[in-house]
Amino acid sequence: MSEKLRITNNKFIDQTSRISFKFDGKKLYGFKGDTLASALLANNIHLVGRSFKYHRPRGIMTCGSEEPNAIVQVGNDPSMTEPNTRATEIELYEGLEASSQNCWPSVNFDIGAVNNFFSPILPAAFYYKTFMWPGNFWKVYEYFIRKSAGLGKSPTKPDGDIYDHKYLHCDVLVIGGGISGIMAAKTAAKNNLDTVLIEDKNTLGGTTLFQQNECFKINNSYSNEWLMKEIQSLSSLKNLKIKTRTSLAAYHSYNYLLARENLTDHLDIDQKKGKIRQRLWKIRAKKVIIATGAMERPLIFNNNDRPGIILSSSIKKYIDFYGVKCGQKISLFTNNDSAYETAISLSKSGVNVNSVVDIRDKTNSLIVKQAEKLGIKIHWKSTVVNTNGYKKINSIEIIKLSDDGTSVIGKKINEKCDCLGISGGWTPRVHLFTQSGGKLKFRDKDNIFIPDKSDLDQLSIGSCNGDFELDDVINNSVNSTNKFLNVNNNDYENLKIISSKEINKKNIWLLPSDKPLGKTKPFLDFQNDSTAKDIKLALREGFKSIEHVKRYTTTGMATDQGKLSNMHALGIIAETAGVKMGELGTTTFRPPYTPLTFGAIVGRNVGEFFDIKRRTPIHEWHVENKAKFENVGQWKRAWYYPKGNENMHEAVQRESKAARDSVGILDASTLGKIDIQGTDASEFLNRVYTNAWSKLEIGKCRYGLMLNEDGMVYDDGVTTRLGENHYIMTTTTGGAANVLSKLEDYLQTEWPELDVYLTSVTDHYATVSVCGPNSKKIVSKVIPNLDLSDDKFKHMSFKNALINNIKCRVMRISFTGELSYEINVQSSYGKSVWEKCFEAGKEFGITPYGTETMHLLRAEKGFIITGQDTDGTMTPVDLQMDWIISKKKYDFIGKRSLYRSDTIREDRKQLVGLLTDDPKEVLEEGAQIVADINKKPVEMLGHVTSSYFSPNLNKSIALAVVKNGKKLKGKKMLVPMKNKNINVTITDTIFLDKENRRLNA
Amino acid sequence: MFLINCPYCGERDQSEFSAGGEAHIVRPKQPTELSDDQWAEFLFMRKNIKGVQFERWNHIHGCRKWFNMVRDTSNDKIHTVYKMGEKPPIK
Amino acid sequence: MKNKYSIFSLIKNAFSYHENWQRAWRDPEPKKEYDAIIIGGGGHGLATAFYLAKKHNMKNIAVVEKGWIGGGNTGRNTTIIRSNYLWDASAGLYDHALKIWEGLSQELNYNVMFSQRGVMNLAHNLQDIRDLKRRTHANRLNGIDAVWLNTEEVKKFCPIINTSPNIRYPVLGGTLQRRAGTARHDAVAWGYARGADAMGVDIIQNCEVKGIKRNGDSVEGIETTKGFIKTKKIGVVAAGHSSVIAKMVDVKLPLESKPLQALVSEPVKPIIDTVVMSNAVHAYVSQSDKGELVIGAGTDAYISYTQRGSHDVVEGTLKAILELYPIFSRMKMLRQWGGIVDICPDASPIISKTHIKGLYFNCGWGTGGFKATPGSGDLFAHTIANDEPHKLNADFNINRFVSGDLVDEHGAAAVAH
Repeated sequence: MSEKLRITNNKFIDQTSRISFKFDGKKLYGFKGDTLASALLANNIHLVGRSFKYHRPRGIMTCGSEEPNAIVQVGNDPSMTEPNTRATEIELYEGLEASSQNCWPSVNFDIGAVNNFFSPILPAAFYYKTFMWPGNFWKVYEYFIRKSAGLGKSPTKPDGDIYDHKYLHCDVLVIGGGISGIMAAKTAAKNNLDTVLIEDKNTLGGTTLFQQNECFKINNSYSNEWLMKEIQSLSSLKNLKIKTRTSLAAYHSYNYLLARENLTDHLDIDQKKGKIRQRLWKIRAKKVIIATGAMERPLIFNNNDRPGIILSSSIKKYIDFYGVKCGQKISLFTNNDSAYETAISLSKSGVNVNSVVDIRDKTNSLIVKQAEKLGIKIHWKSTVVNTNGYKKINSIEIIKLSDDGTSVIGKKINEKCDCLGISGGWTPRVHLFTQSGGKLKFRDKDNIFIPDKSDLDQLSIGSCNGDFELDDVINNSVNSTNKFLNVNNNDYENLKIISSKEINKKNIWLLPSDKPLGKTKPFLDFQNDSTAKDIKLALREGFKSIEHVKRYTTTGMATDQGKLSNMHALGIIAETAGVKMGELGTTTFRPPYTPLTFGAIVGRNVGEFFDIKRRTPIHEWHVENKAKFENVGQWKRAWYYPKGNENMHEAVQRESKAARDSVGILDASTLGKIDIQGTDASEFLNRVYTNAWSKLEIGKCRYGLMLNEDGMVYDDGVTTRLGENHYIMTTTTGGAANVLSKLEDYLQTEWPELDVYLTSVTDHYATVSVCGPNSKKIVSKVIPNLDLSDDKFKHMSFKNALINNIKCRVMRISFTGELSYEINVQSSYGKSVWEKCFEAGKEFGITPYGTETMHLLRAEKGFIITGQDTDGTMTPVDLQMDWIISKKKYDFIGKRSLYRSDTIREDRKQLVGLLTDDPKEVLEEGAQIVADINKKPVEMLGHVTSSYFSPNLNKSIALAVVKNGKKLKGKKMLVPMKNKNINVTITDTIFLDKENRRLNA
Repeated sequence: MFLINCPYCGERDQSEFSAGGEAHIVRPKQPTELSDDQWAEFLFMRKNIKGVQFERWNHIHGCRKWFNMVRDTSNDKIHTVYKMGEKPPIK
Repeated sequence: MKNKYSIFSLIKNAFSYHENWQRAWRDPEPKKEYDAIIIGGGGHGLATAFYLAKKHNMKNIAVVEKGWIGGGNTGRNTTIIRSNYLWDASAGLYDHALKIWEGLSQELNYNVMFSQRGVMNLAHNLQDIRDLKRRTHANRLNGIDAVWLNTEEVKKFCPIINTSPNIRYPVLGGTLQRRAGTARHDAVAWGYARGADAMGVDIIQNCEVKGIKRNGDSVEGIETTKGFIKTKKIGVVAAGHSSVIAKMVDVKLPLESKPLQALVSEPVKPIIDTVVMSNAVHAYVSQSDKGELVIGAGTDAYISYTQRGSHDVVEGTLKAILELYPIFSRMKMLRQWGGIVDICPDASPIISKTHIKGLYFNCGWGTGGFKATPGSGDLFAHTIANDEPHKLNADFNINRFVSGDLVDEHGAAAVAH
């Protein structure tokens, strides 16, 4: 560390605890309390990166989140590395490794800098004008453009860190822990309001914390000393919660805000592990006070981008807060009073201040007089027209300004320096205010946008509201805070304040030069390398709107989102186009305020918490019995149960055969179940299903088809009448939640007169389906008291029963065409009933089967699966299920749509069966069906919706939808695949047991 | 993220609700009497207002009640909420 | 003719410090009357004007734009271009557009950076596989270059996708259309504007339409903030604001305008060089030439014209991104924004005449309009010039909502991104 650059009497940096870190592989030292930027400056390292387009050498320019240049890659570990991190925001920690970005082979010698040489032919948006020849060569150009663009590198391994979310509700949220935020938070908390104060730095106090100057006093103390006491007093306030290292990321409508708290980024590398790295606070505040301060503006002149050119207020912070001299011979260039504070601080710390170049006429404010008293030389009414030094500034060129400020006059003075502080005035940080939907107004006297109107319960105070001088900050904040919070207990009324007042204001957005503009490089957006010339080019080419200019020149689109450049872009546009800035409007400030890690946004909802897993009560049994699972919505359903080395096909063939030859058992618990009660339950079902329900006897089951209002099939299932006014409806697994919502919607909004109550009971019952010729024997063993004889317990009926005194409902319904029983029992007994059935079935070789076998078995019978055989474009008529449409019912959901001119067409796509000429050939689901492959364009008549090899029929079967299919039975068709055409014949949809004999086998 | 005042539960975060589109589109009592055009009007055609709109919301992750809301779609400002079946409180 | 853009013109202009470049388009005051007026200066509207002038010799036309051209959804979308749609009508429409994209930079003499880096659609469950295979088969027979990839092939084509079978919704395969890709959105609007302007089209910005004047069943002109402009033909291409324009002539459309959000990360060196879309978990990502990850979020369910959406949608999208790309957890969101998308019930657009003579609508593109820009403009120009649709947009008429003959890309699971 270069001791010469570090001053020793500093209360903010712990100079007893030295920290080692690496930058570009070189081991360096800093102190606890440093940022990477301050530590680098203390090591006399200014050059830290290369710019985006021209690869010009760039150095640290600021001390905060607006930093455009000092953007580094942190860490080398492929899972923990982080690109594009601002050196000005990285708190130094033991083990920190950072490196320069966007340069190769090194930041000192960067091949990409050749772009700087070509810069004359690379004006703004040059890429729209070239790379068009030869016609298909863009790919090649693009490859090289992409390689040279981008900044840092993405991690290449999954993140090892944890992120977290928390909700926060409060009466008052104060954003920003500077002097005005501290005062507002204290006032709110003292008035019994539940208050939260957040601050993105690790300490409260803002810039006042190190403002120790005769010109700024409160109650006879230096402003910093006064503020320290105030900060100390905060800890006694019970209603106040303070969160430091917490950055407000987004301010949404209804006072919903997101803030990111950094918890481990500042810790030594061996302290980080296993802790939550960042927490995203989701805040809902009754009232919000924005006290985010202001940013210093740069000045725009030729070669204003060299390493060593730093914002004046940042130089002040480096010396007063971090105890670091940004140089030994510093020049300052300003258009306002604040640079004099820097000059005074530097001078008091023993840094040689060459001069202050001020574009204004001589002014006599308190602070200027103090600087003059210290012997600081001032070039009044002058401008810097150029800087020299490639990798570090070494001199500036100063010339007098003409009276009107549009040109330079007289002789150029060369001034040697190793650092240039620039100050172009201040821009209120109104980003959060505008994010929240607030409208800005323009204040002409100092060329700033300040908050105007907002619909939300919020207030901006301090310099983000345009109050830059200490007395204004305090007095205006006190008044507006009292009014906003409707309180009168405020500690800060009648303070005695001394504050230097700026008398003379002058602003020139683009400073005049002794060279034509075309020969200069006055940078606006430092990271994206856009210059004032680029803005003028855009205007010349007809891009008038600020948004056009921004997009055309990429000004304000870098990782700092134009924090430093937007105002100058607007200013130059206004000047060039001869319009008032206030009329031009601003570009939209979009969230987040500073870039926000994806990890923080997602929180813990990653990996196993990405989405919940719904498991049936019998799930464990399936796992123990080696089931493979299928995701159906959020459910994990047993897909098939391979034995030994069986693949899926083999397992499914075995399971399917077993279910038809003897007995199979299926976990059907995932089907949606809705309990429907009320005196109008039957009428309700009449309205929601296509068929009639009033006459269904108690104890009977009926299949129903539900349509959307557009007439298309939506869901299906069996509903059972449990009592006079009591039904239980089943839905598809995936459709359960939506069906319930839809039914509730109709009930509450269209038919509130109906006395009907709906309750989802999907999770309350487990459903064990025993299926096959031997199913009756098993059920009779498990429920010996139940009379299963065909005349007492008919197909499509239900009985209440007891298994070991546990109530259950047994439905004799079938989705496979086999005799089968579904036992519904309270979930907690599901596994036990399943095991009982399994035990009872052992002598019959009971075979568990999964969804794949279920699908195959139902396809043999031609039963549809909604969502697979339908796609939102199929009516019941298309499905050849005309029988399910009640002719007698006046209305049901979707009925009218069935009679529209297109839906009533007879040659719509209709559900049919398909048999392949080669019975061994199994069609691919989704394959298209054509009649004539030679006709161009090929007319696709439909597609295969379900396809299986049926072990029970020993041939391939398929369901399909085919245009005019009903009338095409027996017709030959082709299923064209990539490498062959498969010959098929259209058939009936029922392949097995057309007479339904097996139901009563 | 809106803060929605469910008429049954009080103020809750938007994430508890689902939006149900334009309100006061009454399902025709006699759909069969309607022409295809009239039916399409009910089925698909929407005012899609920019400005003050009457719309339906469901407190789906709460009480599951449907209710109506008056909201300005040009600035997302919620003017008021009212129960199903009640007359719109403002014009 | 304007001066031609090329590397030579760049070099030539360098000598004069780029101070002699011509305007890309004029800034005219509206004339009293035009042969046709296009309402809406987005990509579709400007393309319509361009093709009206170029192919139908209609040069006395204007594009009126409320704000600045390309400032709506054109400048806000994630620029995915593909044509692997299920239904013949959609495939015809979008592939027509894709074919124009392939020569668009040359046609406009403006580099729109159409980058055919391929678009992959992932399958995460068995029904996804059926749907995507169905689409791939249909695409092949329609001459569209989509192929099915198994999980290993997906991984090979885009190695950073997490294809582990142990994630919540594993990648079970996907489709790939190699001709698909991305383009530079702003350049599309600007290129069409420059081209149209060169042929005499007046592009009138900051001109809001306040009313449409009718004479019985015909249009007579538009009332604007810059006065009344007479015309016999009006093409409305106002995207999210289509219903607002329709209301001026008491027409209701089957549209809802909803917020759609998108976001970009900070720029990084190339890490993903294709476009990957996953409907099931809702994650869409590509990387811009600048290096930003471009991520499309979903729509909110409510109507809004605010160009803002809810944070939950953004969170949900990034959740899915991290599920498929856990390496992006430390990447940072740089900027998020919203647009207003006008969505039809069948997730297909309307490019149609209306019952009012001389009034045409091009709307309902929902979340997927950018990819269609050149095709949409071409077909809409045809429809306006001939007062009847081209065969490629005949199915996208308004009457389909009456007859029920929808082009249901929504039900076909091909969410129109």
